[in-house]
Amino acid sequence: MAEVQILLPALPAHVRTARLVTVAAARRAGLRDELVDELRLAVGEACARAVGLHARHAPDERVSVTVRDDVLGLTVTVRDRGPEIGPAVDDLAGELLDTGAGDPDDDVVDPDVALALLTGLVDEVEVTSHAGEGTTVALRWPLPPRLVTGPAATQAAAP
Amino acid sequence: MDLSLRTRTEGDRTVVVVGGEIDVYTAPKLREQLIDLVSSGQYHLVVDMEGVEFLDSTGLGVLVGGLKRVRAHEGSLRLVCTQERILKIFRITGLTKVFPIHSTVDEAVAATD
Repeated sequence: MAEVQILLPALPAHVRTARLVTVAAARRAGLRDELVDELRLAVGEACARAVGLHARHAPDERVSVTVRDDVLGLTVTVRDRGPEIGPAVDDLAGELLDTGAGDPDDDVVDPDVALALLTGLVDEVEVTSHAGEGTTVALRWPLPPRLVTGPAATQAAAP
Repeated sequence: MDLSLRTRTEGDRTVVVVGGEIDVYTAPKLREQLIDLVSSGQYHLVVDMEGVEFLDSTGLGVLVGGLKRVRAHEGSLRLVCTQERILKIFRITGLTKVFPIHSTVDEAVAATD
C-alpha cells in the first residue's frame, strides 16, 4: 500500500502537473495501460474543475489530490474548497452549447459539466459535497491481483 | 506551452492542425486561434485532432465556442479524429451529434454538408 499526496495552487498550469504525478503513481501501482488513459482524462477533468473553482472562489487555498493503492484498488481523491455542487447535468451537449457565445470569456465550462463528464468516463465515482466544506471526488479503478509487491509488480505493468 | 497549432488553407477551407494537450491551461490559445480565424473572415474550419494527446471539457467548450462563431457566419467547423480515447469524450458528452467528425483531413475538406 502506498499513498501519494499533492497540494495544487489555483493555477491552470499545474493541472498538468497533477496529471503527470497521478499517472506515474498509477503506473507504479500496476494499473493497466487502458485504464491509465482513462485515469489521465478523469483526473485531469477533476483537477481542472477544482482548480477553476479555487481560482474563482478560494484563490489562496490548495486543491488536494491523493493517490492511494490498497486492497480496494487504486483510488484518486480530489478535494476542493469550492461551493457546493449543482444538480446533476443530464444534457451534456446542451450545457456545452450554452457556453462559448460571443464573449471570449464565456467559454468557461460549468464545473458540473466536468463532473458529469468524469462520471461518464469512470465506472466507480463517489462525489460528496457540502456547502462551506467543498467537494470531494473519489475515483477508483481495480488493480490486477499480485502476489509480489515492489519492483517486480511495477516491472510487470510496464509496456 | 504543450499545445501546438498550425494552420493552412485548402481551397475555401482553413485547416487547423492541433497537437499536444488541450486542457484548462492551453485551451485559451486554441480559442484565440479560432477567434482570429473567424475575425479574418475564415468561416469554414477543419480542426485536425489526430495529434491531440489530451482533451478536457475546457477544450470541448472552446471547440463548441468556435462552432458557434462560424455558424454565426453560416460557416462550418469539422473535426478530424480517429483516436478512440478522444472520440470517447465526444460520445459521452453527446457532441458527436453536434460536430461532424471525419477520419481524414481530405474527407473533411471535401465534405459539403
